[in-house]
Amino acid sequence: MSSAMKIHVHHVTRVEGHGNIVVNASNGKVEKVEWQVPEAPRFFEAMVRGHSYQDIQTIVSRICGICSITHSLAATKAVENALGIEVSEQADAVRILMHYSEQLQSHVLHIGYLAAPDFFGVPSVVPLAAKAGEAVKTVIRLHRLANEWSDLIAGRTTHPVTLTPGGLTRIPTEQQFRDLQQRLKDCVKDLNAVVEVVLSVAGVIPRFERPTEYVSLRQDNPATYTFYHGQIASTDCDGTVPINDWKTVANEYVCDQSTSKWCKWHRDAYAVGALARFNNNADLLSPMAKEVAKRFGLKKGCTNPFMNTVAQLVEVGHVVETSIRMIDGLLTKGLKQEKVKAKPKRAGKASGCVEAPRGILFHEYEFDKKGRCLSADICIPTGQNHANIQKDFEALVPQILHEGQDAVRHKLEMLVRSYDPCISCSTHALEVTFV
Amino acid sequence: MGKPRIAIFDFACCEGCQLQIVNLEEEILDLIGAVDVVEWREALSEQSDTYDVAIIEGSITRPEDEERLKAIRAKAKVLVALGACATTGGVNKLKNNFDLDEVKACVYGPDAGKPHLATARTKAVGEVVLVDACVHGCPIDRQEFTTIVRCLLLGKTPEIPAYPVCVECKARGNPCLWEYGQICLGPIIRAGCGARCPSNGFRCFGCRGYADNPNVEAAQDVIARYGQDVESLKKKMSLFGSQQEPTLS
Repeated sequence: MSSAMKIHVHHVTRVEGHGNIVVNASNGKVEKVEWQVPEAPRFFEAMVRGHSYQDIQTIVSRICGICSITHSLAATKAVENALGIEVSEQADAVRILMHYSEQLQSHVLHIGYLAAPDFFGVPSVVPLAAKAGEAVKTVIRLHRLANEWSDLIAGRTTHPVTLTPGGLTRIPTEQQFRDLQQRLKDCVKDLNAVVEVVLSVAGVIPRFERPTEYVSLRQDNPATYTFYHGQIASTDCDGTVPINDWKTVANEYVCDQSTSKWCKWHRDAYAVGALARFNNNADLLSPMAKEVAKRFGLKKGCTNPFMNTVAQLVEVGHVVETSIRMIDGLLTKGLKQEKVKAKPKRAGKASGCVEAPRGILFHEYEFDKKGRCLSADICIPTGQNHANIQKDFEALVPQILHEGQDAVRHKLEMLVRSYDPCISCSTHALEVTFV
Repeated sequence: MGKPRIAIFDFACCEGCQLQIVNLEEEILDLIGAVDVVEWREALSEQSDTYDVAIIEGSITRPEDEERLKAIRAKAKVLVALGACATTGGVNKLKNNFDLDEVKACVYGPDAGKPHLATARTKAVGEVVLVDACVHGCPIDRQEFTTIVRCLLLGKTPEIPAYPVCVECKARGNPCLWEYGQICLGPIIRAGCGARCPSNGFRCFGCRGYADNPNVEAAQDVIARYGQDVESLKKKMSLFGSQQEPTLS
């Protein structure tokens, strides 16, 4: 092979947002490996100041189109925590169902449309439709189900409108919940079909391990594979950290090597996302999800970042199975028409946290006693993963350098995609170095 | 004649409008059959330099993005602004209510002076280049999107409602949210969404921009009738309509 390698992937395709990959090597020696983010900053923390607590989620939902429900939920929880606004048990359960619809939507989008072309060695989902038509149609059906589920509970597929501090403006009828439940039961055969297809190409998932710290929510009481409640947990320590103390976890810092703002906790980087949730909470998965993990040989303690996509597939099984059960719970108790009471009880500052499909997300706001926003701080999963992507690059490139430029480029792009990055989200907290 | 070549570009935004195109589900395969999608970074690996229709998502917030947009305009026969960030500037325009240096310091602290964090006043696409058609909304309505694309492919001018959301809301028989103490922008915002938010019990916050000739006097009457003040209404109007007409007094 040639002695010099120069890779500069400008704006990696099939990811949300803009990211660059730079690799320089000569005579088998790596000189430079960098993961860069040139996305236009949008300044949400500055823009929400002065606005009413009722409008915060409407604004910050627009941080991300793919995880808009997640951002709205994190913001709404933070608003409620700060102002002492309470939420009923029923509204809490319906919100979790709303959140699950987005986990399904985002995971199916990532597995089926963004990652699958890598598994099949094609440039996009369009030629994939010709190559594996039935599989693509199955993925589209699941994606449609997830979106119609979001529509039903959130009022819109993207950027929810039923969510409001104190509860929800509207919940589905009993019949609508029953219909949704039936569709979820019916989709299990589609899920199994997707599992079979991914299994058939799982051999192309690179074998690469790097000891990594994994950070996610954990909920002990009742013990739940959580996306919504709980406290912050890590594979590097026992116990949990309260949500309001998230800054002691994220430790955002400026890195001398690249001047990018990164996160670290017990090591030089940590990872968040489906694999992090799996590594912290796998024993709490639903039976169907456990079965999927078993078929892929995915076990707690996995440190192969490429397996994040498989962990998402496992979670798809979990959210579907859990939602079927939760709808039973809601209907058994009987749906109640609830009036939302959401007057601020105090001035205050607090955080809200949920798991975005791509990892743990923190929102923090401060309000005066009229409920006007004074300050905001948002820490996004992809921002937390950037340092870990860089560390993976540094470990992976020397191992695969002999495979040649195209293979190195392809595997690094695949690695970035496996994190399912949401770069638009993360840029409020990032800085960039241009070569 | 070959198939029309379509390219989709994103600037500062959440990419939720592109997602609505993906959300066409099965229909997107038909659409892709009728045209050649020659560039779409979020979904395809391919990249191209010539196109008949350029679809622009996002606001323009940096000088280098203005140059990129002008280059796209020069190569495109038809240019479409996709979604609120592109058509009006959307929530990104909230930034324009503050001093830009102060905004940077608020988010980036001591690093705010670094050159790559440069930001300028947010502009809608139409403030930088000529726009041939707008797909309004945050996010866009996917059915409206396919209708507009079909019209453009047939050489027709798409019909976009000029009347306010209240018209569609009344047609759906919704109770008025002003009756429930909500400050709803339905009276002055462009319809075409099917009054989706008020139908879900959530006030219209103006994502489609103002209707043609919005009836400001009527809006002021509504404020007075429900005992609200102009300042509260202006605050709601600022979410998607910062520093845009109409202004209330």
